[in-house]
Amino acid sequence: MKLDAKKLFILFKSMFMLSACTFGGGFVIVSLMKKKYVEELHWLEEDEMLDVTAITQSAPGPLPVNASVIIGYKMFGFVGSLVAVLGTILPPMIIISLISLCYDQFRTNPYIAIALQVMRAGVAAVIADVVINLAGNVLKTRRFLYIAMMVVAFFSTCVLGVSAMVVILCCLAIGLLDLAWSVGKNKLKTKGKGCA
Amino acid sequence: MELLLQLCLSFIQVGMFSVGGGYAAIPLIQDQIVNRHGLMTMAEFSDLITVAEMTPGPISINSSTFVGMRLAGVGGVLLCTFGCILPSFIICFILAHFYYKYRTVGGVQVVLGALRPAVVAMIGSAGLSILLLGLFQSDLFHVSLANLRVVELGIFIASLYILRKFKVSAVLVILGSGVVGTICYLLPGLVNMA
Repeated sequence: MKLDAKKLFILFKSMFMLSACTFGGGFVIVSLMKKKYVEELHWLEEDEMLDVTAITQSAPGPLPVNASVIIGYKMFGFVGSLVAVLGTILPPMIIISLISLCYDQFRTNPYIAIALQVMRAGVAAVIADVVINLAGNVLKTRRFLYIAMMVVAFFSTCVLGVSAMVVILCCLAIGLLDLAWSVGKNKLKTKGKGCA
Repeated sequence: MELLLQLCLSFIQVGMFSVGGGYAAIPLIQDQIVNRHGLMTMAEFSDLITVAEMTPGPISINSSTFVGMRLAGVGGVLLCTFGCILPSFIICFILAHFYYKYRTVGGVQVVLGALRPAVVAMIGSAGLSILLLGLFQSDLFHVSLANLRVVELGIFIASLYILRKFKVSAVLVILGSGVVGTICYLLPGLVNMA
């Protein structure tokens, strides 16, 4: 892994910009990261980004920080992780430090309230754009199991309020069963051949 | 010095046990900062939640910064935030290492394949709640067409069209929607004033 200063700076800058604009929770930054690192920079594959999301959701700590550790690691190892995390935590640190000095004015300012409310529509549009692409690709697998899992997971998080952690654990179990099933089938075909 | 050390330790615990991100961290922070160590009052804490919702960034970073700044200045900010991200940094670094070592193994691919549709669904679900909050200022169970906010609906449709049609950066679309939307709301007021 050769350290490319220019790419390292791009990593820092992009994490900084994404972090400065993520209103509304971890999955928002995942959508933004997917657009940036998969579609724009081609640093990650789409499947990889989804795997990273599942890992970050299962690990403790803030999702954006976790995701930047992994993406940074992939690009430049330990240094990459450090740089990416720095880019992610600096904007909220700077913004909150400033606001903590005058947070009453900030909280009650009507213009800020309006801007934040309308920005939600923009954030929702970004997520919608990303989800249309991602869901399209799940449909393209034409695997009933995956499509059904997507629908059930959506329904259970959205309507039933099941936590993301539980959904991921259930899907992990289904994935393991799926693996056992396919290993079992292979064993019947090529008898005796071991499979990890 | 003792206070700083206690702050750092408190936030290490917050970082270590807030699985599931975002709002999962709030009760932990409350427990550590308000209930156990009395570093903040409950009123200050709810102000913090309000401010954290209005500003970018993960809520645990926001609160570690806020608490650090109020109690010990810039040094406090650095130490609290460091404590907050240290556990997840170590854990994710190890997970990343194993992920990139084994992700091409066939069996691992099968298991990961089952996780992906769920991740897509969860991103969609998070998107839907933000959309409803933006268009109706309510959640799924309290949506009523009477509360539909036309400006936000227009911005949503326009942003989505721009994103699908042209390769515009997401950050630009979000900031742009904030500026355009605010102007839309302020314009009638400006006309009245004139």
